[in-house]
Amino acid sequence: MAGIAAALPQAGATRPGRVTRWLENERLLAALLLAPAIVILGMFIAYPFVMGVWLSLSSVSVGNPGEFVGIKNFIKAWNDSIFRTAFWNTSFYTFWATIFKLSLGMWLALLLNRHFRGKRIVRAAMLLPFIVPTVLSTFAWRWMFDPTFSVLNWLLYQTGFITTKIPFLSDGTYGMWCAIVVNTWRGMPFFAITLLAGLQTISTDLQEAASLDGANGWHRFWHVTWPLLKPVTVVVVVFSIIQTFSDFQLIYVLTGGGPANATHLLATYAYQIGIATGLLGEGAAISLFMLPVLFIVVWLQLRYLRHLEGA
Amino acid sequence: MTKPETKGHPSSDLTRRRFIAASATAGLAASAGLEGILAARRAPAYAQGTRLNIVRWVDFIPACDVELKRQAGEASKALGAEVVFEFINANDIQSRITAAIQSGAGPDIMHMLHNWPHLYANGLLEVNDLAEWQAKEQGAFYAQSETYVKVGGKFMALPHSIVPGLIAYRKSWLDEVGATTFPKTYDDLRQVGAKLKKKGHPYGQTLGHTFGDAPAWAYPLLWNFGGAETDKNGKVAIDSKGSVESVKFMQAFWKEACDEGGLAWDDTNNNRAFLGGEISATLNGASIYIAAKRGQDKIKDEKGEPMVRDIQHARLPAGPAGTWSYHTAFAHGVMKYTKNPKLAKDFLKWLHGKEQYGKWFQVAEGFSIGSTKLWEQNPLWTTIDEPMKGFKTAADNSRVIGFAGPPSAKATEVYTKYVIVDMYAKGVQGMKAEDSVKWAAGELGKIYG
Repeated sequence: MAGIAAALPQAGATRPGRVTRWLENERLLAALLLAPAIVILGMFIAYPFVMGVWLSLSSVSVGNPGEFVGIKNFIKAWNDSIFRTAFWNTSFYTFWATIFKLSLGMWLALLLNRHFRGKRIVRAAMLLPFIVPTVLSTFAWRWMFDPTFSVLNWLLYQTGFITTKIPFLSDGTYGMWCAIVVNTWRGMPFFAITLLAGLQTISTDLQEAASLDGANGWHRFWHVTWPLLKPVTVVVVVFSIIQTFSDFQLIYVLTGGGPANATHLLATYAYQIGIATGLLGEGAAISLFMLPVLFIVVWLQLRYLRHLEGA
Repeated sequence: MTKPETKGHPSSDLTRRRFIAASATAGLAASAGLEGILAARRAPAYAQGTRLNIVRWVDFIPACDVELKRQAGEASKALGAEVVFEFINANDIQSRITAAIQSGAGPDIMHMLHNWPHLYANGLLEVNDLAEWQAKEQGAFYAQSETYVKVGGKFMALPHSIVPGLIAYRKSWLDEVGATTFPKTYDDLRQVGAKLKKKGHPYGQTLGHTFGDAPAWAYPLLWNFGGAETDKNGKVAIDSKGSVESVKFMQAFWKEACDEGGLAWDDTNNNRAFLGGEISATLNGASIYIAAKRGQDKIKDEKGEPMVRDIQHARLPAGPAGTWSYHTAFAHGVMKYTKNPKLAKDFLKWLHGKEQYGKWFQVAEGFSIGSTKLWEQNPLWTTIDEPMKGFKTAADNSRVIGFAGPPSAKATEVYTKYVIVDMYAKGVQGMKAEDSVKWAAGELGKIYG
């Protein structure tokens, strides 16, 4: 009797409060914890997206409610030579920037994976380009590329490498490559730090075993490190492609889409048409062209990831 | 999509209000409740805590913005409500206007440049009474100012000023190459410019997407060679011999005489290049001269003398078909969504009145001129430096964008898309003149229909 009495709750002990009981219900707790995220996603992602689709199918312009026009805006965009330039630019920009960021980021990660004095400070300092607000750093780059007072031109001129100014931002091709350089400079730390994290999970025993078997640095990387890093790499590349393809700030600050629309990306062109000119329907249609491309890219890479993990 | 605030009054935190307006959604219930809470903290009365927000460009004469801020303080006392100016980069104003009109909330008064009132007519309040008052007090408006704000016979904004443009040039450098007077025709300018460029002092002109200097050069160039966007009936008419000739001229002029970095310039680059001694001449407002004058201790020429003594102004040269110019007209528009239309109109009447405007006009030192001929009589013009006197009547030969048709919203679209500017930019980047004109015709066709 005493044992049973000891096992039962003491007489007079309070029952758990109603709220506590609710929170102990896992389903309810899950819903409660997810609610803020769902509200935020709904307000800032889902709603604007649905609005964007609605706008793209209508003739809304600033101050005019417009009417449903079907895919007319998409057709108009497709026939627009500046849009086609922007589409090509976006693909070109994303392709090259991602390749540079991946290779340089990987190289940096491999270097930082070694042990050396000041390693922690270097690792932290390396993140600066990524942390500094894009607008700020791009302004600094724009100043360096200034058409009249470029410090880079001055340096190259003084050291005898050039005799006439390099038209960094006043030529379409140069402008595009300058943007790629700035994007690489800004995005490399993201790759480096993520790949470094991946590298740290690779046991050094594997590297040692490989070198005992006679593998040199490149073989060790290609046959030991790279296969183990592939999953992390795919994830970071997916994120980077999404961000780079929809990049706005960098181009907007660096070139404004110029000269003569030569460096427009889909995002900056959509902004110029939709917000600056007030043709919201057409701007929305231009920006929605990003969706199928990104969707396919992400789907392909996630499929590859699943394949890797399954193997 | 547009959810006008139905509760409360403009919150004092503009950022907060726009955030709320922008997130009007399924969470509307939550945000409306929030707005109600914010509003309850404010006494709902005109005289207590009401705020009037005005957005204007960052003036190229900083002292003008300082004067406006000072006047805002006085206005606040006179009107019994807080008047606040916000100054932003002119290239960003249109985006602010679009965002504000679409969200139904934002500044009460917005700066209107060129013929923007035609584009934003649906979002503006009609101000016929104010226009009548101003015309009565200060004489008839310049044709350009009035055409730009009158939509369907109604005044949709109140003309405020014009920033006339002339070519600022270094007299000594032109003398050196034998040009004792400024070239009178485009061909003369091309020849003089070529000599100057050989000496390392090219002509400076932007062909970038920037609101002032680029259209101010491109549109007159088109007109002065006999080209035009549209004909009198508003039909696209740009594919003409005159247009092609103007592009051919620009291609040659660019290579022979211009700083070719100009494709990446905005409205500030030519100021900096001129004051830095990099270019010999450029089309601009009076801000170059005024900056050189105010900073004459620092801004010197290669002989160590204050550069301002070497700066003169001249009108745009003549083309085969005319000597037209284009100047940027400014106006103030009262936004339809404003909660304080009466206060906004009272403030504009105060700001545009002879007394207040006169003070601002003096501070502008000729960079901004009035929107009516009355201000040509202002004593400023008798005491102003000789090289500045040309600005007094500079605005008298301005055409309007959209010429030869009306300056409609479609003309604004052409302007905002920089179609005319890009026609020349493409030409100087290597496209054949005929092709760049055809490209422009295609773009105009899509806009005008």
